[in-house]
Amino acid sequence: MTDVTQPALTIDALGKKCPIPIIMLAEQINFVPLNAVVAVLADDPAAYTDVPAWCRLKSHRHVGSYELPEGGWAIHVRRNY
Amino acid sequence: MGPVAYFDAASTEPLHPQAREALLTAIDAGWADPARLYNQARRAHLLLEQARAEVAEALGARPDEVVFASSGTQAVHLGMLGTLHGRRRAGRHLVASAVEHSSVLHAAQAHERDGGTAETVGVSLTGRVDLDAFTAAVAREGVALACLQTANHEVGTLQPVEEAAEACRRHGVPLFVDAAQTAGRLPVPAGWSVLAASAHKWGGPAGVGVLAVRKGTRFRSFVPEDERERRRVPGFENVPAVVAAAAALKAVRAEAEAEGARLSALVDRIRETVPKIVPDVEVIGEPVERAPHIVTFSCLYVDGEALLTELDRAGFAVSSGSSCTASTLRPSHVLEAMGVLTHGNVRVSLPRGASAAEVDRFLAVLPDVVRRIRKDAGVA
Repeated sequence: MTDVTQPALTIDALGKKCPIPIIMLAEQINFVPLNAVVAVLADDPAAYTDVPAWCRLKSHRHVGSYELPEGGWAIHVRRNY
Repeated sequence: MGPVAYFDAASTEPLHPQAREALLTAIDAGWADPARLYNQARRAHLLLEQARAEVAEALGARPDEVVFASSGTQAVHLGMLGTLHGRRRAGRHLVASAVEHSSVLHAAQAHERDGGTAETVGVSLTGRVDLDAFTAAVAREGVALACLQTANHEVGTLQPVEEAAEACRRHGVPLFVDAAQTAGRLPVPAGWSVLAASAHKWGGPAGVGVLAVRKGTRFRSFVPEDERERRRVPGFENVPAVVAAAAALKAVRAEAEAEGARLSALVDRIRETVPKIVPDVEVIGEPVERAPHIVTFSCLYVDGEALLTELDRAGFAVSSGSSCTASTLRPSHVLEAMGVLTHGNVRVSLPRGASAAEVDRFLAVLPDVVRRIRKDAGVA
């Protein structure tokens, strides 16, 4: 986990099924400054694919997905605009 | 509720009228044991062999290369594992695209449990296999079998089967081709070593799979053998269903070009219209190099199960690759491999005879259905 930008905001979507983690991300990404990173914590397997796909569709940047010790991932997204 | 528009042909195509007619006739004429030597048995045998010749001709195979299984899935399992078994001395490695039908992936898992190895080759954002990676994979030492579908069952994308077959031929690796989504709709691509298809996908009855093994392909059944179906599929043949399957294949092939073009134009209309009338939607798969009857899209912020339920209520039978609609609660491995949105997913697959009016009605109700579900979820 070196070179990982410290997230400006962490969204806890653990235990929530898609599309809820994506809805939370879309609502909250504007709470952080431009170029800041939002971490989405999610354990629905769909989120692992859907957060990066959302970034592609919405022109934000998927920085990386990091496995959490308790299961699931911290999926990092950089706000582009 | 008004009439239901059936848009799930990729799951199963309604029985073709000519298959129904052939089935009813063959139930009376073809019930006897085709392996016996009395009059009724000879008649059943004749019906079976005639159906075999017709199906073989339609798929570009020789009659003695074709056997009938009890489903497309069984044909896939027997075909893949029989070829792997026959090629044991050449190697134990299996190569398959990441978007193959689950029956292919399940056979690959069985092969791994038996001590073999397997790898999947990735696909593009549109679901097309990475041909360079596929070619590199089959070039390695010890590859017993490679697998590639003709078209993807969830997104319709056509695969470069002939190019993959050429790569396999260069390296002496047999190619297993799952033709379930295109048999009867499109010509079978050249170069396969083993081919599987399923009659109920082309308007035949359920319970008939087709397995074709090219002459010269090393093949050894991995299940107990009997004298039936060239020792490749054990058990009593369902002659009436096979006869009906052949009749359906003949009928759909005769109309395939015109009907395929008509359905493809309707698919184009859906592909072009949906992004204009529904905000935040992603239309998935190859826009041109695709099966004529399949289109898939995903709606952002929409629960797939709610979408299917609402569309069902509005009179549309469609399918979805979203995880909430799967018994496993995992999203479709196809959508995952492509890296596209897995939630809010809808697959529309048009059966023979689907009308422009039905498609227009679908496009008329879709925006409001999506808007309602988003509103209920609190999405602005």
